[in-house]
Parts: sequence; C-alpha cells; structure tokens
Amino acid sequence: MGPISRRLFALESRKGWAAIAVLMVVGLFVVPFLNLAVPEGSFFHISTFWVATLGKYLCFAILALALDLIWGYAGILSLGHGAFFGLGGYAMGMYMMRQIGDRSVYGNPDLPDFMVFLNWDSLPWYWFGFDQFWFAALMVVLVPGLLAFVFGWLAFRSRITGVYFSIISQAMVFAFMLAFFRNEMGFGGNNGLTDFKDILGFDLSRDTTKIGLYVVSAIALVLVYLICRAVVSSKLGRLLIAVRDAESRVRFLGYSVTNAKLFVFTLSAMLAGIAGALYVPQVGIINPGEFSPAKSIEMAIWVAVGGRGTLFGAIVGAFTVNGARTYFTGAAPEIWLFFLGALFILVTLVMPKGLVGVYRSIRSGEMRDAILRRIRRVDV
Amino acid sequence: MSVTKKHVAPRCRVVIFSILLALLAIIAPGEALQAQQNDAALQQALAGLNVRSFKDKTAAVVALGELGDARAVVALEALTEGRLYGRKSDQTVVIADRDDRIYKLTDPVSGAALGEAGSRDIKKIVANNKLRGIIRGVLGQLALSSSDPGLRLAAVENVIASPTDGSLALLKRARDRETDVGIRAKLETGIATLELGADDITLRRAAVSRLADGNDPEIKSLLERRLLKNSDGSFVEPDDALRAAVQDAVDDINDRLALFGLAEDLIFGISLGSVLLLAAIGLAITFGVMGVINMAHGEMIMLGAYTTFVVQEIFRATMPAEAFGFYLLASIPAAFVVAAAFGILIERGCIRFLYGRPLETLLATWGVSLILQQMVRSIFGANNREVANPDWISGAISIGGGVSVTVNRVYIVVFALVVVAALAAFIRYSRFGLQMRAVTQNRGMASSMGIRTGQVDALTFALGSGIAGVAGVALSQISNVSPNLGQNFIVDSFMVVVFGGVGSLWGTIVGAFGLGIVNKFLEPVSGAILGKVVVLVIIILFIQKRPRGLFALKGRAAEG
Repeated sequence: MGPISRRLFALESRKGWAAIAVLMVVGLFVVPFLNLAVPEGSFFHISTFWVATLGKYLCFAILALALDLIWGYAGILSLGHGAFFGLGGYAMGMYMMRQIGDRSVYGNPDLPDFMVFLNWDSLPWYWFGFDQFWFAALMVVLVPGLLAFVFGWLAFRSRITGVYFSIISQAMVFAFMLAFFRNEMGFGGNNGLTDFKDILGFDLSRDTTKIGLYVVSAIALVLVYLICRAVVSSKLGRLLIAVRDAESRVRFLGYSVTNAKLFVFTLSAMLAGIAGALYVPQVGIINPGEFSPAKSIEMAIWVAVGGRGTLFGAIVGAFTVNGARTYFTGAAPEIWLFFLGALFILVTLVMPKGLVGVYRSIRSGEMRDAILRRIRRVDV
Repeated sequence: MSVTKKHVAPRCRVVIFSILLALLAIIAPGEALQAQQNDAALQQALAGLNVRSFKDKTAAVVALGELGDARAVVALEALTEGRLYGRKSDQTVVIADRDDRIYKLTDPVSGAALGEAGSRDIKKIVANNKLRGIIRGVLGQLALSSSDPGLRLAAVENVIASPTDGSLALLKRARDRETDVGIRAKLETGIATLELGADDITLRRAAVSRLADGNDPEIKSLLERRLLKNSDGSFVEPDDALRAAVQDAVDDINDRLALFGLAEDLIFGISLGSVLLLAAIGLAITFGVMGVINMAHGEMIMLGAYTTFVVQEIFRATMPAEAFGFYLLASIPAAFVVAAAFGILIERGCIRFLYGRPLETLLATWGVSLILQQMVRSIFGANNREVANPDWISGAISIGGGVSVTVNRVYIVVFALVVVAALAAFIRYSRFGLQMRAVTQNRGMASSMGIRTGQVDALTFALGSGIAGVAGVALSQISNVSPNLGQNFIVDSFMVVVFGGVGSLWGTIVGAFGLGIVNKFLEPVSGAILGKVVVLVIIILFIQKRPRGLFALKGRAAEG
C-alpha cells in the first residue's frame, strides 16, 4: 500500500470501514435494486418516492456532517448554516433554470419566467455563466465558502464565540431570507426557482434520474464523511478539539485559533453548499424558506440527537429526525411540532451525547452502572 | 342741569328709537326680499331638472351648483337615487317615496309633506351615469356651503383637488362667507393655486407669494409645474422675475418638507424603537442579567398577546359595553401573570438543569418555543385573532406636512418608557432587585450570604417573561395576534440586546431606539426589507468594533 492509501485506510478503524462498506452496499446497490428490479406490489419493492425521500435525507446528512464538523469539534454552533445550504441550492437552481430555456411558460430562451414577468430585458450580471454546469458546480462551493470566509473572518477575528456567534449567524440567515424574498434580487422572490426540466440532459421527471441523483448523493455523503474524518483525525482536528475545550489556553500556547476556526468554518460551509446543490434537483424547488432561522436551528438538533462530535452520529441524527418528520407530517401533523420541541428539550436534558452516546454507554456498561447507582441511592 | 337732562333724555330716546325703526324698515324687507329671491331662484333651477333632454338637465344641475344653496343637496341626492319626480299636474319637482301602491310626496326644498299620488300622477326624472358624475361634482361644491365645518373642509379639499372652470368663483364666494379661520386659510390657498394660472400677472404674483409659506407636497408640485416648458418651448410662466420667485417658493417648501420628512422618520423610528424596546426588555433580563438564552422569549410575547385576546373576549361577554374599552388595562396584569407563570415553569422544568451550558439552553428553549407555538395553534387555531383597539387609543394625530401618527403608537412609546422605568426602579430599589444583582455578580458569595439563588433565578426568569407578556399586550394593538407573533421579534430583540450591550438596561434602551431610528432612516433610501438587511449587516460590523455592545459591562461583572 502506498502512503496515501495507507493514510486513507487509517481514517477509520477496521470496524468502521466494515460498517461503511455494508452501508454503501445497502445504499448504492440494494435500494436501487429493490426499486428497479423488484416488481411493484412486492413486499420488498421500494417506491421511487421513498428513494427520492432517502435521497433528501442523504443531503440532510451531508449538511449535518458539515455542522457537526464545526459544532462537535470546534465548538462553533452556527445557527446560520441554512444560508450556505440555501446558497448552494440556489446556485444549482440557477443552472437548472437556465437549462429550461424556451420551454418555460413565456418561452423566452434567455430569461427565466419570473424575470419576464418583472419586465426585465436581460439577465442580471450575477446570472452569467450559470448556463454552464461546471461554472454552477464551482459556485456551489465558492459562494458559500466565500460568504463563510468573510463572515467567519469578521466574527472569529473579534473573538465572537459561543452564543454570540450563534445569534449573529442566526441574524445572518435571517437577513438572507429577507433579502431573497425581494423580487428585485433576481432570484424569483417568494416563489424561488422551480419548474426545472432537466439536469445535464437528464430529464428530472424520470425515475432513473431520481435514482441517479440518489446514488450521487450517497456517494457524496461517503466522500464528505471521509473528508470530515480526515480533518478531525489530523493535527488540525486535535487543535480544534483543544479550541473547543479551552480556547484561551490554545491561543496563549501560540496557535492561531482564528485561522483554525476560519478554515473549518469555511470548509463546513462549502460542504453545506454541496448538500444544498444535491437537494434542490431532488425536491425540484428552492425558495427563501430555506433561509428561515427555524430551519437552521433544526439542523442543530439533527446533530444533537445523533450525538455531536462523532460525525457518524450526525448522519444517524439527520436520518432519525427527518424520518420522524416524514412520519408525523403524514400521520399526525399537529403532533409534529410537539414532538420536535420535546426532542429539543429531552436531547439537551437527558441525552446530551445523543443516540451514539446512549449506544456507547450501553456497550461499555456505563449505563448499567449508572442505573445501578441510581437504584442503590434510592434504596439508601 | 339735572332737570334739563331729564327733559332731553326722553326726546333722545325717541329719536334713536325712530331711527332704529326706520333702519329696520329698510333692512327687514330687504332680507326677506333676498330670501324670497333665493327661494325663487332655487325653485326655478330645480324646475329646470324636470326636462327630457339630458343636456338641459346637466345645465340645470350646474346652475344649481353655481347657486351655491345647500338646500339643493337633498334634491340632487334624490335624483341620483331615482327618487326625484315631476308632478304632472303643476310640473313641480317633488321627492316621491313608494309606499306599496301609492307614492308619498315631499317638497325637496322645505321637506314638507305634499300628500300622496298615484304612479300616473308623477313622472320620474331619469339620470344617466354621466349626469350622476356631474351631480357628484356639484354635490361637492354645494358641501362648501354646508353648516358642518368638517364637511366644508372636505368639500374645499375636493374642489382644490379637481378644479373646474367655475371653481375659482365658487371658492371666492365660499371664502367671503367663511367664518372658520382654518377653512378660510385653506380656501385662500385653493384660490391661490387656481390663480396661479390667471392671465393677470399681479394675481399670479400674489398667488405665488401666498403659496410660498405652505408645506403641502401637492402645492409644491403645482408650483413646479409653473417652471416647466410648454410643448412649443415657451415657459408655462412667461414672466422671468415671477419664475424666479416660483423657484424660490419651491425651494422654501422643499426645505420645510425635508424638515417634516426628518421629523416623520424620527417619529416613526421612535415608534419602532419603542416596540423593539418592549420586545427586548424582558430579554435584557433573562439574557443580560442571567446569561440565559431564551429562544422562547418571543413566545412569551405571544402568550401575552393571546391573554389580551382572552381578556377581551371575557369583557365582551360579561361586561357592559361602556367598560369594554378598559379590557386593555385589565389585560396588562393578566398577561404579566400568565407569561410569568410559564416562565417559572420553563425555568424550573428545564433551564435550571442547563446553567453554564448556554448552547444547550438555546436549543432546549427553542424546543419550548415550538411546543408553545403548537399549543396555542391547537387551542386558538392557526389564524389571526382579532384584538380591537379601544376607543381611547384609536385615531391619529396630524402633525402637518402630510405627517400623522396613530394614537396607539404614541401610547406604546409612553408605555414602553413607563415599563422600563418601573423595571429599573424595581431592580435598583427593591429587596428582590438587590438579591438579583447579587446573584448576577457572584452566585457563590450570594448563596453563602443566605440568598436562595435557585429561587432568585426562578423569579428573575419569571420577571423577564412577565415583562415579555406585557409587551405582548402592547403588540396586540399594532400587529396580528397569531401563533407566529413571537417569531417575528426574536431576531430583532436579540439584536437589540447584543447591540446595546448585554446586562445593561441603558444599553437596551439606546439599542432599541437607535436601531428603530436607523431602520426608519434607511427605509426611504433602500426600501423596508433591504433597510432591515442593512441594519443587520451594520450590527454584524458594529460588533467587530465593540464585541460587547454599546454599553459594555466593565470589570468583574464582565467576566463569567
């Protein structure tokens, strides 16, 4: 084995690699197989709707990983990650909007419908280049990355930490929501971008395209997971953990806390942008609702439910919470907010380490010991 | 002397008396004659309505308007409503109201009953839409001679807004008999605006100098029109000197309008600031004093607003109508108690386990806010609830220059200041306030001095929540009461606290009014929403310079 593959292999334990392999086989082969090859009506058939839903969850999982990278390892709780997710989504949406061409309602080959509606006669400058996929793909990471770099530089330089950072980042995403609601911004205002026809020539309404997007998302999730794992297991990762636990001490030891945080924050924003870009073609719409502060806070609870500072927990959390959302909004929509609210409270009060923490303490016997201690104390 | 005087006096009296009599003899028949003439003219003009051709009818209507007699209003209104008829027997114009088969006739001028008539005895005077339009204009003119000053003023404004050929004469006549000073001034302005286009230069000059000291945007645009060029290249105002005077007048008005605009921005800014202050002041306690991030703070405001709604419904159901207006006063303590009770519940049930873990507190209280929102939605429904403005805070105050403020906004400014003053006094002078400050500064020391810190925590949180509830009472008067009410304020109120400086009431006041005024000053430049975005960006940049806000705590209090 060469040095690179050795380092790659060292990212995970043997068990970890096994788990990744199993999940990849299930995610990449079994699910599409059950959808495409197993006949409809069979017990094992997975409908395209569910494949698309799983694809959505995969994007949320990438987003949760991005958040866990900064919250779990660097102690930065961003309540504004919806901004990066949304910007990535808008970049991809702009590309698909340009692909519609003259198939739109107004049939203008250059201008999206909403611009025709606003009586604009030419594309705004920031729409140029988005007819090329490579350019849009570049913007998907560059725009959120640049925003995060500027915002993070301003914030970390003046040592805004903890809840102050959370509140400011929430204000940022709120500002984005207000701005994107404006029609004059040139992003479709209230309605956002929608009515996409195809991506890279593949018809979005076809099942195979949906499954293709799902597969791409699954591969992206694995790659993002490995990137995050590489970061946290590097020297920088250890520095970040030190920053999380005692920021001033790290600073006094001579490390540049600002640079370390800035790097990981910018990286996280780029990953969030990728998640958004994968998400938009699968749901077929992007609107300013993605910038609502409530959505950004909810992302934090995905990570918290799974267990922060574990990476794997973020994925588990994203799937669990969003699975619950899909179930509740279908079965009992009025219960959903009660459930979500209770989840916020219970996770912070009862299981601060999340599901992964619970699993680990069960495995290690800590849980049993804690329960025994509790019982004995009651007995005394 | 006294004797002669006695003799002279009766003679004098006789002389004066006879003079008076003579005068009376001259005047009285004159007045009566005048009234008779008026009546005759009115009757004649009315009779003109009873013709077939619409052209003649129109002429009659216009004549009625130029007569300027308010008694014609009844007849004209009847004409538009199709109740005006001509009696076939003597061709007089009457108002006829159908009562089953017969018509009851009344005289349109005196209002006296004229008996009954069958449908064959009378003929309807028909109006078409064009005529109705003309009648509307004439009715507006006639209102100039109404006895109600409010109606007169409205009529003057109407005539000035859409002048016709006869308007100038009409206004002049109205000016001559007008007694109200305010309306007279308005009439003068109106006459001046019409005389701007007169052929006589002295008239125009007088008009310009008269209009120069107004502050009405419409007059400004009228004057500006005099500065333009006609399509053939000549100036609308041919006289050079007068054109310069017009330019000066426009500049003067512009200056004054700018001042009014400034005042308007300032007033609206203060109004917005007071709303922000109310929303943020409770947060200043829970966040500033206790260091607890309460994301459910907005929901405390919402609970206060819903309490107001409930109190209103209770008042409506149980109290006499006169007492209804006072529901607002009753809902202030009610909202405080409700929100404070929820505050204690949240603090004891959730937050107290999370002291020292601010990020977890943030998430847990967000969960609380979701639950409270859904709870209210389940109980009251997702739609907006109507909370009425009591009479005593309805209406608006006009300041001039087209600026007016609604009364409820004024009350909210006062109310916000009273709440803050009461709160500051409470923290400064009460025993509980002292304990609160002690726990804030040094929990361990306070505890060892015998202060029950847990209890103080709970009560402080209750105080902050209760004040948020009181803010909800005020906000219910100016915004929609919906389950999302609190969400709209949460980001703003956090910004106020962060901007002003955590832990400082002064900072919160300055922060709230500062942000409110900056916001309103930015709005005309960049639009309402973008203004808000700009403010958020400004705050983010501001925190670069002063990470701990405007009024940062210094020394020991700043640590921790």
